[in-house]
Amino acid sequence: MPESESPPADGAVIVEVANVHKRFTSPDGSALTVLDGINFALREGEIVALLGKSGSGKSTLLRCIAGLIAPTEGTVSYRGAPVTGANPGVAMVFQSFALLPWLTVRANVEMGLEARGVSPEERRVRAEKAIDRIGLDGFESAYPKELSGGMRQRVGFARALVVEPDALLMDEPFSALDVLTAENLRGELLSLWAGRDFPTKAILLVTHNIEEAVLMADRILVLTSNPGRLRAAIANDLPRPRDRRSPDFEGLVDRIYAIMTGHPEPVGDAPALSEPTGASPTELPLPHASVGGLAGLLEILNSRGGRDDLPQLAELLSFEVDDLLPLTDAAELLGFADIANADLQLSPVGKEWVEADILTSKELFAARARQRAPLVRSIVTALENTKDGTLNERFFLDLLGRGFTEEAARAQLDTAINWGRYGELFEYDADDAELVLPRPGR
Amino acid sequence: MTVGRSFPTRGVLRRPRFSGADAVVAAGMVALLYAIIRLGRSMNTRTLSAHVGGAVSTGLANLPYYAARSLLRMFIALALSVVFTFVYATAAARSRRARTVLIPLLDILQSVPILGFLTITVTFFIALFPGSILGLECASIFAIFTSQAWNMTFSMYHSLITQPAELDEAARMFRLTKWERFWRLDVPSSMIGLVWNGMMSFGGGWFFLAASEAITVANHSYALPGIGSYVATAATKGDLGATFTAIAVMVVMVVAVNVVFWRPLVAWSEKFRIETSEAADAPRSVTLDLLRRSHVPAALARPLKPVGGLLDRATRPLGLADYPLQPPPVRRRVGDVFFAAAVGALIAFTVWRGAVYLDHTAGFGQFPRCFGLGLLTFLRVAVLVVVSTVVWVPVGVAIGMNPRLARYAQPVVQVLASFPANFLFPLVTVVFVAIGLSLNIGGILLMALGAQWYILFNVIAGASSIPTDLRELADQYRLPRRQRWRQLILPGIFPFYVTGGITAAGGAWNASIVAEVVNYGHHHLVASGLGAYITKATTTGNFAQVLTGVIVMSFYVVVVNRLLWRPLYHLAETRYSL
Repeated sequence: MPESESPPADGAVIVEVANVHKRFTSPDGSALTVLDGINFALREGEIVALLGKSGSGKSTLLRCIAGLIAPTEGTVSYRGAPVTGANPGVAMVFQSFALLPWLTVRANVEMGLEARGVSPEERRVRAEKAIDRIGLDGFESAYPKELSGGMRQRVGFARALVVEPDALLMDEPFSALDVLTAENLRGELLSLWAGRDFPTKAILLVTHNIEEAVLMADRILVLTSNPGRLRAAIANDLPRPRDRRSPDFEGLVDRIYAIMTGHPEPVGDAPALSEPTGASPTELPLPHASVGGLAGLLEILNSRGGRDDLPQLAELLSFEVDDLLPLTDAAELLGFADIANADLQLSPVGKEWVEADILTSKELFAARARQRAPLVRSIVTALENTKDGTLNERFFLDLLGRGFTEEAARAQLDTAINWGRYGELFEYDADDAELVLPRPGR
Repeated sequence: MTVGRSFPTRGVLRRPRFSGADAVVAAGMVALLYAIIRLGRSMNTRTLSAHVGGAVSTGLANLPYYAARSLLRMFIALALSVVFTFVYATAAARSRRARTVLIPLLDILQSVPILGFLTITVTFFIALFPGSILGLECASIFAIFTSQAWNMTFSMYHSLITQPAELDEAARMFRLTKWERFWRLDVPSSMIGLVWNGMMSFGGGWFFLAASEAITVANHSYALPGIGSYVATAATKGDLGATFTAIAVMVVMVVAVNVVFWRPLVAWSEKFRIETSEAADAPRSVTLDLLRRSHVPAALARPLKPVGGLLDRATRPLGLADYPLQPPPVRRRVGDVFFAAAVGALIAFTVWRGAVYLDHTAGFGQFPRCFGLGLLTFLRVAVLVVVSTVVWVPVGVAIGMNPRLARYAQPVVQVLASFPANFLFPLVTVVFVAIGLSLNIGGILLMALGAQWYILFNVIAGASSIPTDLRELADQYRLPRRQRWRQLILPGIFPFYVTGGITAAGGAWNASIVAEVVNYGHHHLVASGLGAYITKATTTGNFAQVLTGVIVMSFYVVVVNRLLWRPLYHLAETRYSL
């Protein structure tokens, strides 16, 4: 496709997101900010990717745009009119496909038309056309159960496109598919997009896959986590079709890796993040990484000379960003590695930890976790201040509830328990749901 | 038949904790009962003059006709239960305000001994259709309905609130109307639980059919043409031969309904399974295979298609399944306050009227007596559950651990559980009279005739759901018998056992109303207990005593559920679910 066909940046605005905040109320009544002042516009003729780690609120933002949930503050408007219910101008493709298993492929595709009151004859013609276009012919009377994941997502695409929405919303549409199927479907979608009679004027893609964003989008919006803010908006002018091996492509991927792993600017005189001793458990959440995963990553890094490029590591391990970044965040937090320019560099302590025998490595880990992981430190301090060295997990969950949703608090505590158990800083008694200091002499 | 499913489906028992709302609703229930009684009483004075319902003949030639009449009643009740379930479960799941009242109400309704209602409903319906047999029909159908509807409603409510979020989002996104959403998404996604609970509740319904077809209320004996009243008449006459014949016909009917109706339905409902993988052991049905091969269903469906489209269009004005994202908070709060005030005032008023009524009639002095009698019945239920557990858990485990045996045994146990135990009462009574056993002890056996099977059924389901690799592990390590039971079998069957235990105990409380007073020929056996108290009050038409008895029995059921079964259920859910 010639470059001149790359969409004009000044297309009419389809969806406008103005100063959108989304806060959830945590169990103890305090508010949790998931989206914090998001502004952007989706214009005709462009593919926009919303890129972020898990927990960055990108799916929440997509659902605000779809009119499925209400923003706490700010407005979403479609063609200038504020969205007060399901957005009439968009259709969505779901990560889990969201097909009705009791309907055939054709009935699933016709669902949206039927709801709009389209006559049976016209329904049939239009569904047939969408099914043909998306490469499903021959499967009209099959049930979703009989189809592979890739074919199911094709039904998802056909169902969305047949209603000819102004904008197509996609919620990680390829992440439940295997690598080859996903790549194939991405390619087909892009060639449909390039074709003249594609019924949709814009696509908004939510993803945590950096390469996918670079491959598909004209603009890439990077969201930070905790709270979700727009960190960067990157125009992507690479010529289509894009070549994953080209230096420009790899350069852009590296650049986005660097943005996503970069630290947020320190606010006021908050302590610098490399010395996080003063931060509280809610200010500096633990990355959701297991000790085993961390050790595995650093061992590989050590065997590859102690330094490697993040995109390469991800490819080597066939990891998605969501798998890799918590591990690198944990390595950074504990001071076992540093990240600079999308490169992961093993630190001397990290090298010592990886190469030590099991007991020494446990001691080393314990010291580091206690010193640098705020939640682990808080737990140890709290336990030491009780008479019997025992506290119910509820105590910590309630504390964490001030800064996290119930699920996130649980995940934080689970990670802390994983780390604390490994370092033998404390034990966890699952029967009574209690955290216990190890008794001396045992 | 799928092995490994429990009844009621486990989610059915998952309830919110006891809240103030429960107490309010319990009071509301008492109030409602009182209201119905008042209605029934004020109407019955002028209508109960004629003797309704003819005598039932024990001639064999009549039996097929009677059986058909009974079957019709069962299916009318089932249809009503389905309609009730659709409306009630949808209202509870979709309306925040309705939910706060409907769910606790349903929880209480489920604990109320249905047979205690009979007096009230019979009088009420006879009053509604004076001089016609229709009133009796309605009362009988209503009794069956109340035995089926609650489990089905809970099942659908549970399916609705656990509906996958993305299907809900897809329905709203693609702008389905409320009507389309209900038929395309809500009903199909609830179908499996609905069919399974419907089948099992239908089985339980036979018991209430038999109990409600022939009944004595306020010194009037009523009998509807049906297989239940046939057995009752045979028992009064002391005709053993007719009793045996009726039992045989009943068995044939239970099995036939299963083969022709329920098993095809269960197999068919598999297509509504949301998990994308096929169930490992999908239920099959010969009848369904036959239907699928024939063109008749398709031919019948064709003319109905335009009707469906017409309904879709006609219901369009009901609106989209979507809802406004930001309802005006002030209006919402005002609505809440108004709603709470209205419900509160209604309950307070009727409770007050009910209290005044009881005070003026039976008097509150009946309550201590009822609690004493309730304790006796409670002991019977407790002995029943303990003995059934000791007897049936080992048997159930032996069957369940043997997959081939389980495949055959579970449908048989299901038929046993469906078979109305009150058909056997006359036979067992003969034995009691012969050996001179008091009904105080024998009543336990009568109650157990129906209730025990729920324990066996669920234990089989539990044992067959213990994963094979765990069993192999136990074999590999040559676990001694004690350790095997302690560490593998008991934890494995525990959640299923609890489900069975709750159902068995509930069934036993209900059965006590018919099992603590039995007649055979000129023998009249009575046990002392709350069930006998309610039956006696029913026979003599003492409504205030019936009300007191039912309130106390509901109280026992609710308290035991809260103090014993609910905590066990919670433990099963959190610790022992595989």
